[in-house]
Amino acid sequence: MVDLSAFRQEARAWLEANCPPAMRQPLRSEKDVVWGGRNAVLTDDQRLWLDRMASRGWTVPEWPVAYGGGGLSPEEAKVLKEEMRALGCRSPLDSFGISMLGPALLKFGNEDQKREHLPKIARGEIRWCQGYSEPGAGSDLAGLQTRAVLDGDRFIVNGQKVWTSYADQADWIFCLVRTSTESKQGGISFLLFDMASPGVSTKPILLISGSSPFCETFFDDVSVPKENLVGELNRGWDVAKYLLGHEREMISGMGLGGSGASIGRRALQTVGVDDQGRLDDPLLRARIAHHEVRAEAFSAMLEGFIDELKAGRGHPAGASMVKYHGTELNKARHELLMSAGGSDVLEWESEATRGGAPARDWLRTKGNSIEGGTSEIQLGIVAKHLLRLPGA
Amino acid sequence: MPLYLTDEQAMVADTARGFLADNAPVAHARALRDAGDSAGLSRPLWRQLGELGLNGIMIPEADGGLGLGHVEAGVVLEEIGRNLTPSPFLQTAVAGATALRGAAPELRERWFPRMVAGEAVVSLALDEGARHRPDAIACRAERSGNGFRLTGAKRFVAHGHVVDLLIVVARVDDAGLALFAVDPGQPGVTRAAERLVDSSFAATIALDGVEVDGDAMVGGADAVGATLAAVRTGAAAELNGVAAGATAMTLDYLRTRKQFGQEIGRFQALQHRAAHLHSELTAARAATLKAQQLLDAGDARAERAVAVAKAAATLATTLAVQEAVQMHGGIGMTDEHDIGLFMKRARVLAELGGDADFHADALARLSGY
Repeated sequence: MVDLSAFRQEARAWLEANCPPAMRQPLRSEKDVVWGGRNAVLTDDQRLWLDRMASRGWTVPEWPVAYGGGGLSPEEAKVLKEEMRALGCRSPLDSFGISMLGPALLKFGNEDQKREHLPKIARGEIRWCQGYSEPGAGSDLAGLQTRAVLDGDRFIVNGQKVWTSYADQADWIFCLVRTSTESKQGGISFLLFDMASPGVSTKPILLISGSSPFCETFFDDVSVPKENLVGELNRGWDVAKYLLGHEREMISGMGLGGSGASIGRRALQTVGVDDQGRLDDPLLRARIAHHEVRAEAFSAMLEGFIDELKAGRGHPAGASMVKYHGTELNKARHELLMSAGGSDVLEWESEATRGGAPARDWLRTKGNSIEGGTSEIQLGIVAKHLLRLPGA
Repeated sequence: MPLYLTDEQAMVADTARGFLADNAPVAHARALRDAGDSAGLSRPLWRQLGELGLNGIMIPEADGGLGLGHVEAGVVLEEIGRNLTPSPFLQTAVAGATALRGAAPELRERWFPRMVAGEAVVSLALDEGARHRPDAIACRAERSGNGFRLTGAKRFVAHGHVVDLLIVVARVDDAGLALFAVDPGQPGVTRAAERLVDSSFAATIALDGVEVDGDAMVGGADAVGATLAAVRTGAAAELNGVAAGATAMTLDYLRTRKQFGQEIGRFQALQHRAAHLHSELTAARAATLKAQQLLDAGDARAERAVAVAKAAATLATTLAVQEAVQMHGGIGMTDEHDIGLFMKRARVLAELGGDADFHADALARLSGY
């Protein structure tokens, strides 16, 4: 039994000594998130914080030390997270490699694949994107048509992906491809390849938020070494589903994006207080307060879900539930932030709003309940697999 | 600490679940009601719970109890809620046990063994108006000789007409709130019972210059806070149980009731509502367990967590019982079907210790807006 309180003290002391003050400021927008990768542009403080955390394996605290992780137990990792939160430390690195591909490789990858890819993810050297959705395969993901044909020691990939997050900034892609047409789910394989390979091209999609976090991604006779197949041929759906669980868990974390209290404080700036020190707009205050109840309850729900998952007691469909709940809450949170900000936050370009960040973030959240499987898809999974209603 | 029940806590839940399912299922509550029972609870059942050891769950071991915490009490309350068991457990074993923890030895020796054995019913006399407003409590405790003289009016006192000991929340010399142990039979106490929508009884109680000795003050502001937290967290747990019971019954109905040639649970319109409800209930249960764990750990974050738990459990359960009746269709509106009983119990528990608005307001204050 590891002494958690000793670990807590040690972690706190190390964080206090090593986390640069600038990295203890709250994120101002998505632009402050460090994604890593070959082309990443980091501030000195971001670089220092990333390198120091990576040197301890604490960018991926629970991964084995051999693959660049910290080798911490779930309990220790939870303590580390709590201490980082207590000191206001930013996450040194957020990436799809950490939240999605890593867990899938740890479970399904072979030793060479783990040794090749995991340490680079842990150090933020390679940024990954996810090749899942296609124009004809959105909610019905298993209907994907991108073909990979085995030709000697290589796969030749042809087709198109869509909604590929940050494909134009990513170094590598983990990609679902069709390797057999005999069965819908049983003809899918899971491939890894370099986005710099000849035949790969990307085209950003302009969203209602005015930014382009997603791309269309095209593959034209892309040559991929056979050893980049993860898991067995035609068994990629197992990997895909496992990874989707992690994606949903990651997206659900958006429901924690700042506390309800922060919406209240935002509203105080625009509305002021009454003679009892309360927000001087009782109806807005009531809406914010009810949201805060839901946000805090969700925080406990997510904590319980993760604790149960780590103890092997969770149900995989639970990820669909937290994804649904967290993203719907995040949308509600941004609706309230817009109400709280009033006409101040309608700005689209000015310096004062940092380029219209509040309005753009608000619009961006509308995709939360679509990406990674729509709310309706998640509710269907919960109904059939958690509630055992007919029709599974 | 992981946010799920330990094996030991799950065992307490199993014990309570098995016992209540066998001895006090929903049919027990219905039978009491239909017999025109005037106590609103079953004394034999209360003694049986005592024999199981559950009544002393929060009473210190030195006083003959199990010395366990809010989490363990909560799992029992969830089973009570699931079965709609009419029981003084929340008032006596949770609120009463918390209130009397700091009492003088003589009072503890008199009451704790009887509470543990299921021989005494203890209840909190807290509210004075129709809405829960502890800050506005006007009931006075004036110093009188070595003791106090209590004057005021209380209402919504659960089991108040059959209670053996009242824990009265009163304002001492127009200052802070304190808890007083009051014998309901003593001069100056008058009680009137009212049957509530869920067939339980609550009393309005008048205290007219009731003289008590110094030891009757069993706790000050801290004890009031701890007791309120116990009632609220306990009510949240019982609400979660009511929701779980109603939802289980409703899901069974969705799986078996056929219309248009198929089970109605195949319809996406109902599947999505049921899944949304399940998500809300899961969040409320997690929030309640979080509050219980923080209370048991003496963590300062418990105050916020208790407000979140009571508000979330109230909102989620209110949704659950409404969806339950709606999804049952016409049969859900009949007195013959049990599902309506869940709605009635949820309504009473929603008010107990403050409703969702009260606790959302409390959370907003704690957050500074």
